[in-house]
Amino acid sequence: MSKHIFSVLVQNQPGVLAHIAGMFAARGFNIDSLVVGRTEDPAFSHMVIVSSGDDVTMEQIRKQLGKIVTTVKIRDLSEQKCVERDLMLIRVHCPPERRGELRDLTEVFRASIVDVGPSSVMIQLTGTEDKIEAFVELCRPYGIKQLSRTGVIAVPRASQEREHDGPPAPAARPPRVRQATTSSQETAVPLPPS
Amino acid sequence: MAAKPQAAPSAPPQPVATSTATPQPARTGAQLLVDVLLEEGVEVIFGFSGGAILPTFDVLYEAPIRFIMSRCEQGAGHMADGYARATGKVGTVVVTSGPGATNLTTALATAYMDSIPMVAITGQVATAAIGNDAFQEADVVGVTRPVTKHNVLVKNADDLPRVIREAYHIARTGRPGPVLVDLPKDVQVKTASAGCNGEMNLPGYRPRVKGNSRQIRLAAEAINASERPVLYVGGGVISSGASAELRQMARKGNIPVTTTLLGMGAIDEVQDADLALNMLGMHGSAYANFAVQASDLLIAVGARFDDRVTGKLETFAPHARIIHIDVDPSSISKNVDVDIPVVGDARSVLQDMLPLIEYRDRAAWFEQIARWKAQYPFQYQQAPEGTIKPQHVIRELSRLTDNDAIITTGVGQHQMWAAQFYRWRFPRQMITSGGLGTMGYGFPAAMGACIGVPDRQVIDIDGDGSFLMTCNELATAAEYRLPVRVVILNNHWQGMVRQWQELFFGRRYMASRMVNPSFAKVAEAFGCTGIDVRDVRDLPDAIARMLATPGPVVMDVHVEPEENVYPMVAVGKSLHEMEMGGMA
Ligand SMILES: Cc1ncc(C[n+]2csc(CCOP(=O)(O)OP(=O)(O)O)c2C)c(N)n1
Repeated sequence: MSKHIFSVLVQNQPGVLAHIAGMFAARGFNIDSLVVGRTEDPAFSHMVIVSSGDDVTMEQIRKQLGKIVTTVKIRDLSEQKCVERDLMLIRVHCPPERRGELRDLTEVFRASIVDVGPSSVMIQLTGTEDKIEAFVELCRPYGIKQLSRTGVIAVPRASQEREHDGPPAPAARPPRVRQATTSSQETAVPLPPS
Repeated sequence: MAAKPQAAPSAPPQPVATSTATPQPARTGAQLLVDVLLEEGVEVIFGFSGGAILPTFDVLYEAPIRFIMSRCEQGAGHMADGYARATGKVGTVVVTSGPGATNLTTALATAYMDSIPMVAITGQVATAAIGNDAFQEADVVGVTRPVTKHNVLVKNADDLPRVIREAYHIARTGRPGPVLVDLPKDVQVKTASAGCNGEMNLPGYRPRVKGNSRQIRLAAEAINASERPVLYVGGGVISSGASAELRQMARKGNIPVTTTLLGMGAIDEVQDADLALNMLGMHGSAYANFAVQASDLLIAVGARFDDRVTGKLETFAPHARIIHIDVDPSSISKNVDVDIPVVGDARSVLQDMLPLIEYRDRAAWFEQIARWKAQYPFQYQQAPEGTIKPQHVIRELSRLTDNDAIITTGVGQHQMWAAQFYRWRFPRQMITSGGLGTMGYGFPAAMGACIGVPDRQVIDIDGDGSFLMTCNELATAAEYRLPVRVVILNNHWQGMVRQWQELFFGRRYMASRMVNPSFAKVAEAFGCTGIDVRDVRDLPDAIARMLATPGPVVMDVHVEPEENVYPMVAVGKSLHEMEMGGMA
């Protein structure tokens, strides 16, 4: 099991999101998060889809995304260095006397308090999923009243862009499904009668 | 009121507006649609009318395109599919919104599973009414998304020329498949702006034709080094027109060839009988399955390792390295891990590979195969006096048509017997629903094939259950006097279901018995010829009569009711663990 971030450039047309979401559902692939946004060119939208599973499944997701006519470019960002960000708004139960302690926590995470109520505060945090999840854990003891996250967006770092829309690279082989043996002597499966 | 003046089939399409950049001014959406259909060379449309598509039908009234009106949209869809499979051209079907489109869905799914190029145009309620649960509204783009290669709702008449061109392009290129265009009524009526741009805009659609030369070299080296290779050939070889290259490859390299249900005819089983292993898989030949299991190299060309082919995956071709040539990258390493993938069009890849292939003797391998062939041929126990074995009917058909007819089938035992006992000689000869397994496919598909290939015998080998699903199209066959022949292997059962209930459910025959009409009388009531055969001695004459009848004819052959299909690889078994049904 590993987490993969797919960056998908799509034609900005009605039904594209439904097509992609439908493909995931029909083939039983997970979506951990999916973010759609505009790009600098109105003809295209950009999606970031986070999914997790074994390598064979991740490879299939990439290929099945490529098969959709309206997808233009697909990258598996987990194979390269990239900047990934998730944004969270979290409202935590917090009586006035505990605000100080929560403010310290917020500072450690470089989060910010964006709203304060009589018995709660709302905190905004951006960062990687790990960082956000760590923060959520620390908030739990206070009592989480509401939480909303954008899901991951990601863009590769400058140096190591590598595209994936050619034929499958022969080196990156998924693990074997069949139990292949190299010679018929060490056969696990009996040969047909001769 | 005047019926549509039927254009002579040979009437050349009149170019109405062929310039991509500047279609003529003041044309409606429906007119633009028909302009592009003509430009795409559409010679026949299958379909059925209804409110939301009437403006398009009205333009078709004068268009030089033959129109075949089916009696149900499913039938129209299968006809377009059969036409496409028989000719290699894109089949076109035009139906109305809501129920018209949902009736079509089975045909789309059938074509999608077997990668058949089709364009479906469905009427839709007016754009302003979409989403309001209007009369005969259905979310057709939503319903058909999982069963089309691509689909699109057109909201603006200006987009129509581009979308229709894209539809034909997408349907026929790459891994072919059905494309649906949903056309609201107001878009059909609206006048498009004069300068609307009809050029295709598919920035992400780049099907790969040429294979990677390094991969091709690796594959050729593996082939030359192999001692026990097998070519495993599927529908991709048919759709890419690669059977000549395939034969050269098999001859030059001296490699035996097994075909999937959709690959039948990729190799000439008569002329190249020494290389042909016939069909593999669940009901394939024992020698094909043994050869695959014993092979040291499996060369898959345009095939997709379907579970009906592989049997138990863990023990499939356990000693083989696998080369997989396929135009669809997502087919590769989907079910079976592949050692040497080559993404590309089968024909192009085989052409590039051929010069690198060297002849090898492989005497021991061919001797082994010859022993298997001698020991385990397709066979069946002889029938008691007078009664008719279904396999015998197909052998007779094969003989009396000189292996030269186009054969379509329904789904079930008769389909497997057809694959086993007819001898396949040329590509596009066998037309059958392999992937979806759609009962009722055979008859309308045969009608489509008749229209596409008028100079060849077309015979639907059907089951009684399958035929009853679409036999309403007898009215269509009668109306157009199509020379379509139906041979029903009538066992008064849903035979394949009965076989499974016999073998795996303790003979508890739940809802599998068929109480049938007289099919010969049914045919006659529709204005077709009916023939009823109950004694094997009458069979040759009956077949001869059927073949000589000019119009549509249904031959109802009452066969042994409880015959089973063998060999059989039960679900969960390895390919070589076949039940032979007491015949070996
Ligand atoms: C539309 C559809 N419904 C159900 C099935 C499941 N099914 C597969 S074979 C079969 C029986 C086919 O009976 P028949 O057409 O008489 O052919 P036979 O097996 O007797 O040759 C059935 C019900 C199917 N393939 N397609």
